[in-house]
Amino acid sequence: MREGAVLEMRGISKFFPGVKALQNVDFTLRKGEIHALMGENGAGKSTLIKVLTGVYEKDEGEVYVDGINGSVHIHSPHQAQSMGISTVYQEITLCPNLTVAENLFISRGRGIFNNWKEMNRKAGEILDSLGIPAKPKQQLGTCSIAIQQMVAIARAVDMECKILILDEPTSSLDEQEVEKLFGLMRDLKNKGVGIIFVTHFLDQVYEVCDRITVLRDGQLVGEYAIENLPRVQLVSKMLGKELDDMASIKNENDAEEAIDKGTPVFEAEGLCSSADIRPFDFEIHKGEVNGFTGLLGSGRSECVRAIFGADRVTAGKLKMNGKFVRIRKPLDAMKLGIGYLPEDRKGDGIIGDLSVRDNIILALQVMKGFFRPISRSQAEAMADEYIKLLEIKTASADTPVKSLSGGNQQKVILARWLLTNPKYLILDEPTRGIDIGTKIDIQKLVLKLAEEGKSVTFISSEIDEMLRTCSRLIVMRDRKVVGELSGEDLTQTKVMATIAGGDGK
Amino acid sequence: MKKALALVLTLCMVFALCACSAKTDEKKESEAPAAVEESKEESKEEEKEEATETAKVIKVGVINNDPNESGYRTANDRAMRETFTAENGYETTFFNNNDAAQQIATAQQMIQDEVDYLLLSPASTTGWDTVLEDAQAAGTQVILFDRMLEADESMYVAAVVSDMAKEGETAVEWLANQGLEEYNIIHIQGHMGSDAQIGRTGALDAKVEAEDKWTYVSQQTADWDEATAKTIVESVINSGEKFNVIYAENDGMARGAVAALDANGITHGKDGDVIVMGFDCNKWALEELVAGNWNYDGQCNPFQAAVVDEIIKDLENGKAPAEKVIYNPEQGFDAATITAEDVENFGI
Amino acid sequence: MMKTKSEGGFFKKMVRHQLFIPLLALLLLVLFNLIMDPSFFAVTIKENSLGNGVLTGNIISVLDNASELVILSIGMTLVTAASGGQDISVGAAMAIAGSVMLRMACGGQTTADILQSPLILCFLVCVLVSMCFGAFNGALVAYFKIQPMVATLILFTAGRSIAAWINKNELPIMNDLRFKYAGTFLPGVPIPTSIFITILVIVIFVLLLKFTTLGLFTQAVGINSGSSRLNGINPQFIKFLSYVILGVCVAFAGYIRVARSGSINYSRIAENIEMDAILAVALGGNALAGGKFNLTGSVIGAYVIQFLTTTLYKYHVPSTALPAYKAVVVILLVVLSSPYIREKMSKLKNPLVKKEKKEVS
Repeated sequence: MREGAVLEMRGISKFFPGVKALQNVDFTLRKGEIHALMGENGAGKSTLIKVLTGVYEKDEGEVYVDGINGSVHIHSPHQAQSMGISTVYQEITLCPNLTVAENLFISRGRGIFNNWKEMNRKAGEILDSLGIPAKPKQQLGTCSIAIQQMVAIARAVDMECKILILDEPTSSLDEQEVEKLFGLMRDLKNKGVGIIFVTHFLDQVYEVCDRITVLRDGQLVGEYAIENLPRVQLVSKMLGKELDDMASIKNENDAEEAIDKGTPVFEAEGLCSSADIRPFDFEIHKGEVNGFTGLLGSGRSECVRAIFGADRVTAGKLKMNGKFVRIRKPLDAMKLGIGYLPEDRKGDGIIGDLSVRDNIILALQVMKGFFRPISRSQAEAMADEYIKLLEIKTASADTPVKSLSGGNQQKVILARWLLTNPKYLILDEPTRGIDIGTKIDIQKLVLKLAEEGKSVTFISSEIDEMLRTCSRLIVMRDRKVVGELSGEDLTQTKVMATIAGGDGK
Repeated sequence: MKKALALVLTLCMVFALCACSAKTDEKKESEAPAAVEESKEESKEEEKEEATETAKVIKVGVINNDPNESGYRTANDRAMRETFTAENGYETTFFNNNDAAQQIATAQQMIQDEVDYLLLSPASTTGWDTVLEDAQAAGTQVILFDRMLEADESMYVAAVVSDMAKEGETAVEWLANQGLEEYNIIHIQGHMGSDAQIGRTGALDAKVEAEDKWTYVSQQTADWDEATAKTIVESVINSGEKFNVIYAENDGMARGAVAALDANGITHGKDGDVIVMGFDCNKWALEELVAGNWNYDGQCNPFQAAVVDEIIKDLENGKAPAEKVIYNPEQGFDAATITAEDVENFGI
Repeated sequence: MMKTKSEGGFFKKMVRHQLFIPLLALLLLVLFNLIMDPSFFAVTIKENSLGNGVLTGNIISVLDNASELVILSIGMTLVTAASGGQDISVGAAMAIAGSVMLRMACGGQTTADILQSPLILCFLVCVLVSMCFGAFNGALVAYFKIQPMVATLILFTAGRSIAAWINKNELPIMNDLRFKYAGTFLPGVPIPTSIFITILVIVIFVLLLKFTTLGLFTQAVGINSGSSRLNGINPQFIKFLSYVILGVCVAFAGYIRVARSGSINYSRIAENIEMDAILAVALGGNALAGGKFNLTGSVIGAYVIQFLTTTLYKYHVPSTALPAYKAVVVILLVVLSSPYIREKMSKLKNPLVKKEKKEVS
């Protein structure tokens, strides 16, 4: 083992039926460093983490952990924990029906906790010290996703760990929360903990990390000190080719004049739903890309859910191409040519056990109706077409969609809606938890759709992504629309100011 | 679509509700103590009207098994309900359940309500000690009907029952008298452990044990179910084993067995290859005898109500029953001798 | 190396296949009977009491007697897939269906020698009533969001009393041969009619799954009802529908059962058949928590159960011991089909494959 290393993985390979998830990958983590693990979807980041935490057993290679002689075999997450390896996963793995305190201390191997008071007090201390706005006795399920994520981190941190793995911890946190987390990470780093940080946010990598290991297609590309690897280089290493995509997208965006300013494709007036949002007005034109922006919980998702009829609409008028329409349930919206990619991919988007093919044809099938099933050969042709078009990485169209990586699942849902040939497409956080390559693919796709005359509403937590794709931004705060920005006003500072609400009053 | 759905739903609900209410009205079948109360109140009102005419109203609690269990039980329950009416001077609470625990709970409730007589057809033979002691302490007289329980004779006034063992003996005796060269028997048993099964199996078991010529081709339980009985006989036929007697412990199972014989073209009944025996004397079963399709049907007299009624009247007049255990008269019917009158008189 | 790998893959695939366990069970039963007594499989033509030449034999018995169970297990599979729960009232509902059939056929008389209404009318009423009770269960589950097992407990408890009420507590006897065709033989046809009815039901379902999107929608709702709703499916209606469809299955099963003898015993008819139907679904490799389903698996599972019962009868297993034997076999089958054991089994051959791999390389 190298000097100063807490973890060394050598020649790790892992095979799945039909896929070589990892091939001969090396990885070294030193004491007191924050080490970013970067790569596209399917590059093997998650697999490597799962091998390290004992979720998967490696097929080849050796793992050395500080303080243990010889290579170790990690068979279970519990064993990994006992070696000082703690993990916070991308998807929250806590128990939503237990309290925050219970979640912090559950199965910690200290015997049965009989002192609830003591447990709650201790939990309170931990929460306070990390500045997490949750009460120990609160049921976890009632907290926002961000807080749940932070509780998961708190739990991992509180367990004395040498190696802390953060797998996409920031994807559902807002900026302040991210800052808090980074503060915490730096503290831990100074205490000598080695942190593996998996993320898609380049900014965050450059803000907090010391070192970067890049994976691509299950193979190691290289390990770099942060100061030796400029952003552009990193992106090109991840993608495996020199690309100028970021710039080209911006150029395409100049074609904003193409928007038809006639009758809006879709108009809403005083729309209001059971999800507790203030009535709002909204319109979108042919070939336009607009977006809802705002902090987490500002109501941006609820707005588009109301448009699609996903929540019960309580008031408001809707017009499609100038004609009054009624949308009382998602099917009504679908029949009017509206598609909706939901924010919660796992809960609302994919149908996990169904095949990629069935997931792709689902919406079209529903629109065709109960008595007109799409034939097997048609379905195969459609699925194959979109798998190819969107470059969905899957073993076959028969693979259950849940076994795909997050980005590819998202592409499957996109394919589902593209197949219905919608006039108006609503994409709520389509790029969350997705690697940069797929992100650019999706952004380009959105602009291409607009060019073809479709209207798109695009929601993202990343403002610069919104600025790149949208020609108009609707800003929300506290469940109501507080501003609309377009043209010259579309700058990072202006958007931030509107979100924060400094200038309005 | 929605409207159609709503319509279907409403219809369904209404139907289900009708079913429930009509059921309780018609049969006064009470499944919980609460329901017992209800029917009691009804009869109390009746009692007020009657009070002017008759001097004394006798309060009776009847605990019986589920009337849907079999045709026998249906007839038994109906007879009880027809006998212990307000017109006959009774104020009666009925309770039907196959669960002994619920029966016991209801019995205790009835004793607390100070019924004069507790008429009991216990679902199980044990577990009644407290009830009987309570009854004695409260001065409630207990009369068992149809089924016995394990207790000292002093704990009840009388028991009017079918002698299941005797039913079995009568049937086996009849079978022995047929003078077959050998008896290869398919024995289809009722629900294992029930009174009827034990009695009817006992005699046959003893005979098969004793005689070399008597053998079981198959002895299995069909749980009183026709379809199961049919399957059992079918499996014997399929395996090619020879048999010439089917001894089914109730009429329904005999009917199932006959269906299997028919499907395989095996003749049965008066002039057939296989002797078919059933129990309970359902009217349709006796008709099968008349038609010669079956050979024998053993009676299991469900009509204890009249006897019980007489005992109570006697007790009211200060006359104790001559015997503790009174066996209802029962007989077996032979296809050769049965008459249309028998069907009318003894069919249930 | 490629070859060994693909063989390992094949073994793995076979073991993992949903139909592996039910087919294995069927195979074991067949083998057992072949070894113990090959005459088990003998099928002969006999003349029945009406002078028809009919096929008899254990195999025919299995196919004949499994009919109700097969039909029920199909409906049960849909209900399981859509609502993630089971309908435990099918036995009681069969009593109702049978009671309605007899009530219509006998026209309210206790004993009838000829049909009092056309058979088709009787059956239509029977289907309608069964659908209503199915709808009742379905509404409780889909719209009132009651756990399926609890919702159907209502009919499970009350069903047999309702069945008795339909015939005013009488036990009607139907002697018309036409009524009994469904449970016996059609004149001149040597195969039990119930086998044809079963095939008919299976064909109806195959067509239903082919020419409607029932299969896709049911699975989608069972796997993720929230997501299904956002894709325009009405999850409640699909759940509701599955119970109504099970109602139709119950009507078929109930009719076959009463047609076998032309009479009914309310408290005993089809007793415990709900458990066998649920077992058939589980044996077929379907998750009882809902989601993906495989009708073929359930159908094979149902036949396995009946095959087992017939085998036990054939060897005159003492009546009191019968349930115990059945339980042992069932436990074995269920444990075998559990994901854990399957995983282990599919790994059985892995070491071999690895060894060979190393040798070659």
